[in-house]
Amino acid sequence: MYRYDEFDHDFVKARVAEFTDQVERRLAGEITEDQFRPLRLMNGVYLQLHAYMLRVAIPYGTLNSRQLRMLAHIARKYDKGYGHFTTRQNIQYNWPALSDMPAILADLASVEMHAIQTSGNCIRNVTADHFAAAAADEVADPRPYAEILRQWSSVHPEFSYLPRKFKIAVTGAERDRAAIQVHDIGLHLKKNAAGELGFAVYVGGGQGRTPMIAKKIRDFLPEEDLLSYTTAILRVYNLNGRRDNKYKARIKILVHETGVEELTRQVEAEWEALKDGELKLPEADVRAIEAYFAPPALVARPEGDEAVKTARLDSRSFGEWLDQNVLTHKNPDYAAVTISLKGIGEVPGDATDSQMEAVADIAEKYGFDELRVSHEQNLILPHVARADLKAVYDALVEIDLATANSNLISDIIACPGLDYCALANARSIPVAQQISLRFASLERQRDIGELKLKISGCINACGHHHVGHIGILGVEKKGAELYQVTLGGSGDEHTSIGEIVGRGFGPEEITDAIETVVDTYLRIRNDRTEKFIDAYRRVGAAPFKEALYGSEAKAA
Amino acid sequence: MKILTANRLTDGEAVWFSTDHRWAETIDHSEIASDKAGEERLEAIGHAGLANNEVVDVNLIDVQLVDGEIRPTRLREQIRAAGPTNRNDLGKQARPAVSRAA
Repeated sequence: MYRYDEFDHDFVKARVAEFTDQVERRLAGEITEDQFRPLRLMNGVYLQLHAYMLRVAIPYGTLNSRQLRMLAHIARKYDKGYGHFTTRQNIQYNWPALSDMPAILADLASVEMHAIQTSGNCIRNVTADHFAAAAADEVADPRPYAEILRQWSSVHPEFSYLPRKFKIAVTGAERDRAAIQVHDIGLHLKKNAAGELGFAVYVGGGQGRTPMIAKKIRDFLPEEDLLSYTTAILRVYNLNGRRDNKYKARIKILVHETGVEELTRQVEAEWEALKDGELKLPEADVRAIEAYFAPPALVARPEGDEAVKTARLDSRSFGEWLDQNVLTHKNPDYAAVTISLKGIGEVPGDATDSQMEAVADIAEKYGFDELRVSHEQNLILPHVARADLKAVYDALVEIDLATANSNLISDIIACPGLDYCALANARSIPVAQQISLRFASLERQRDIGELKLKISGCINACGHHHVGHIGILGVEKKGAELYQVTLGGSGDEHTSIGEIVGRGFGPEEITDAIETVVDTYLRIRNDRTEKFIDAYRRVGAAPFKEALYGSEAKAA
Repeated sequence: MKILTANRLTDGEAVWFSTDHRWAETIDHSEIASDKAGEERLEAIGHAGLANNEVVDVNLIDVQLVDGEIRPTRLREQIRAAGPTNRNDLGKQARPAVSRAA
């Protein structure tokens, strides 16, 4: 994985020193809250309901065991023994003291981590397919390009005060596991007919209060033009984005209001002036960055097939975990493993300090020291020999992280919601827990099949509800929580925004409503091979409305 | 009825302005404003707390008395006063009920 060079080390160290000084001056009363707030936000420090919150960047979700152990250490020493992995492939701590922030950031810097640009109107952590370098269907590893974008965008003088925050995602496979079409810029790394690498470029996607699917403005951008073209997009946005209205300030609104044709023309015109300049990526530099991401030397482990076959006969639960949480790897002797942070009735994305340490041990012992955080709030071991899968499974059972529910209804994405978040209008976590408990039976979940359920506690949509096959949005109505259900959303290569199915449900009703939706799907599906999203796309919302609202739906 | 709440600058702890004129870590003994004059007085205390860098994010919140205990009207404030609803071992609710007995 990428290692800091001297420049990176000095840069992060200087930032820690700078923010340490700012914190000290704030605590000494030398600067006011109004002066300090933008400074703390630039360093990932928020104020939530119960305490400060620190959001730590995990670039493109890639970690090693040393880094994960440090995250565990921070959770134990400065927080309350756990961390929350987020839909931005980051980790958040919910209880750190402001006075401890300098020490935490120094600890993070010691393992090449930081919290820079995890907040504010700048280019945020660049996200990527969590199965990068492992997935069998990948054209090339998207992370070298995410890293190039990270280096280019870190304290970029022109793009540090954008009209609003800016999120970029990169995928290297046709199967989009990075939800690129709901990002400000989505990059699909692919090869052209000549076998050269480049990108399909999508612009103006996003969720929040005005969900939009990104528009493809270029089908193939040569690799060497990545930064010049991205700069052109950012420059057009920076100049023309709506700074007059926070709710209209994202690039998706600019794309919508300008029209994709005109916006593309503007970007291309800007790019004409930039493309042959200093932003053109030198081939040698790209290959040098790529070398950092070279997959580990995967020695032949042909005994894996037999080992897995035998172990499967021995243990039904291992077999279920294999079926659900293990992905085909490029190398037939290996597999990519999803470590579910969605135990039945647990908080989606939370991991304790000791779980993090144990996962770090597993990664070191069986996973070539590589880990990923997925935007679906799980951890990934991208390279595990099939021969070691049973040992990994047994180790995960020990720490209660072997739930075999990847992509099933209990693999729920949920934002922190009103239990923690100052922006939230309703709780998300307890709703996720109730639904998880209702569908606790793995047999039932497997019968239902792939179903992505996503919950947000406010319209900002951190829980990605717009692209959930079933989405739940918590709102506050007359002082009480109310949950709106959306159906038919999807965040993959066939991205769609879910449609609101009807009036909302109270906290006591929402789990029943979800069960009604699921039962309706089971009734109308052609057969077990027709997934929820496919059945919904075939029949539309009508049978679900009928089941949820009965005659009320007909009258409407 | 309103009370004054904020988060402590140093550690972000949720606090309420209490009848003994300090920022307390529990809501139980908050000073209650029942009229406009009382609210203005609390607001001034809040401004002062912000200005002397003791607290941040200062707000007057609506409360009612339920069986003699102060209860915020909004769920958000109930959660601030108790802790996350999904984890009884975190937040104020996890502490020994010293203040309730007092």
